[in-house]
Amino acid sequence: MISLNQKPKTDLTNQEAFILAHRKHHHRIAFFRLLILLLFLLLWEYATQAGYIDIFFFSSPTAVMKYLYQMILDSSFFRHTGITLLETVVSFLLVTVLGLFIAMLLWYQSSLSEILEPYLVVLNSLPKSALAPLLIVWLGTGSKTIIVAGISVAVFGSIISLYTGFCQVDDELLKLILTLGGTKKDALFKVILPSSVPLILSNMKVNIGLCLVGVIIGEFLAARRGLGYLIIYGSQVFSQKASVTNVKRISKDVPPLDGTPRSSTVRSTNLSHAGESQSDPPCAFINCLYRLITA
Amino acid sequence: MQPILSLENISYSYHNLKGETPALSKISFQVTEGEFLAFVGPSGCGKSTLLSIIAGLLEPESGSLSFDTASTVGYMLQHDHLFEWRTIYQNVLLGLELNKNMTKENIDFVVQLLQDYGLYAFKDKKPSELSGGMRQRAALIRTMAIRPDLLLLDEPFSALDFQTRMTVSADIGNIIRNTGKTAILITHDLSEAITLADRVIVLSKRPATTKYELPIHYDIERTSPLSIRNTDVYQTYFNLLWKELSDDLSEPKTQN
Repeated sequence: MISLNQKPKTDLTNQEAFILAHRKHHHRIAFFRLLILLLFLLLWEYATQAGYIDIFFFSSPTAVMKYLYQMILDSSFFRHTGITLLETVVSFLLVTVLGLFIAMLLWYQSSLSEILEPYLVVLNSLPKSALAPLLIVWLGTGSKTIIVAGISVAVFGSIISLYTGFCQVDDELLKLILTLGGTKKDALFKVILPSSVPLILSNMKVNIGLCLVGVIIGEFLAARRGLGYLIIYGSQVFSQKASVTNVKRISKDVPPLDGTPRSSTVRSTNLSHAGESQSDPPCAFINCLYRLITA
Repeated sequence: MQPILSLENISYSYHNLKGETPALSKISFQVTEGEFLAFVGPSGCGKSTLLSIIAGLLEPESGSLSFDTASTVGYMLQHDHLFEWRTIYQNVLLGLELNKNMTKENIDFVVQLLQDYGLYAFKDKKPSELSGGMRQRAALIRTMAIRPDLLLLDEPFSALDFQTRMTVSADIGNIIRNTGKTAILITHDLSEAITLADRVIVLSKRPATTKYELPIHYDIERTSPLSIRNTDVYQTYFNLLWKELSDDLSEPKTQN
């Protein structure tokens, strides 16, 4: 901090000067943090208003705020957020309890952990979104599936990191318990768990984030409510619009069937306008077909 | 006097896939009640293994160990290992808690110990708020709380700085002597062994075996470690033990 090096001209004590400089420093940090956010939003808004980027694909801060306001008005915002929050909290609590319980069991039965270790690694590295369709088949499309999806994302990593942490507790502490006449169970509850409290807390912090990810994945695939559903709904509505654009474009392409082919430049502009919409391949296919016929 | 603990031809080896590491080889000795026995030996010679066998944490591979199963062993480790998530009071009660022995009588006994060793005023503090010497005394109270018939001290002062070590070892030595406890001390510090113990046994390098035995006797009271260190007999004991230990250390050199 520069201000520390400069002698204050007022008659503050060194401690007061230090506190003042400390506060100044923190205010400056907070100011720049906010500034970055504001600049980003302003740039975004400006770029859409000035037409540098297409508002249809990139939206804009004001459009987002308007939509949000509308959602708050018809209270769908709270409904969807509440559902996602509830599902996240339930799967988080289950992950915490399950993770802790299984990690304790693995620590207590070390041969069990040796047997299960490869399975845990495989299950942890399994892409959970690949599981989601199976979950729908097994559990239906309700909250159950979504909560299980949330659990599946977080629980295996949680078990592995908790178990690793438990194993790192100093052996001497366990020896102490044994010399004082305690058992392995005493060691677990009097040493391993209390000394792992910071680990358990940091594990919980990671888990809540992962559970949210899992819940959103679940809602993508199997929900009629929640934030994940809103996202997928939004993108589907978007692709419907894109499809409509494509349908229009196809209809423009169709007239040439009567024998007068359109110039390829028109087609290429149409293609670039449609972006990466799903209807592109059929469109290209029709064009190819058309060329084959007319050739 | 009847020995309360006797070991005969105790051997122990550590095993792993690369092979066998013998740690103890045919160790035999006896401890009588109220005796303070010290073991010295080169580092890594298997001293801690010996205590673990006496405490029943390890099973000897051969040999016999006779010890009254009804009697309790108190084990003091190199580090105090006081739990930071407990107060000093909760820490010293740990042994009673584990043995489900939290009777009024036992708790009163622990409180008395805290008062005797000057820790009562600190009973609600966390271990990190205490000095190294105080922590070690708290660890001793934790060990004494289960009223052990035999105290095992595994280099309990080696983690302390020199000054604290002198005073704390004298303190703890006096406590053990005054309560008439039987104790086995393991140390690599010759002067510590000579000032505290009634008898010193020198162990050879790994695999450890009893090499030399030296009874210690002073004409003066053992209250202050300094007055003992100033006696001529202390010097004689020190030189004798030093010679025994250095013989052992120089052996590999002559082999080369």
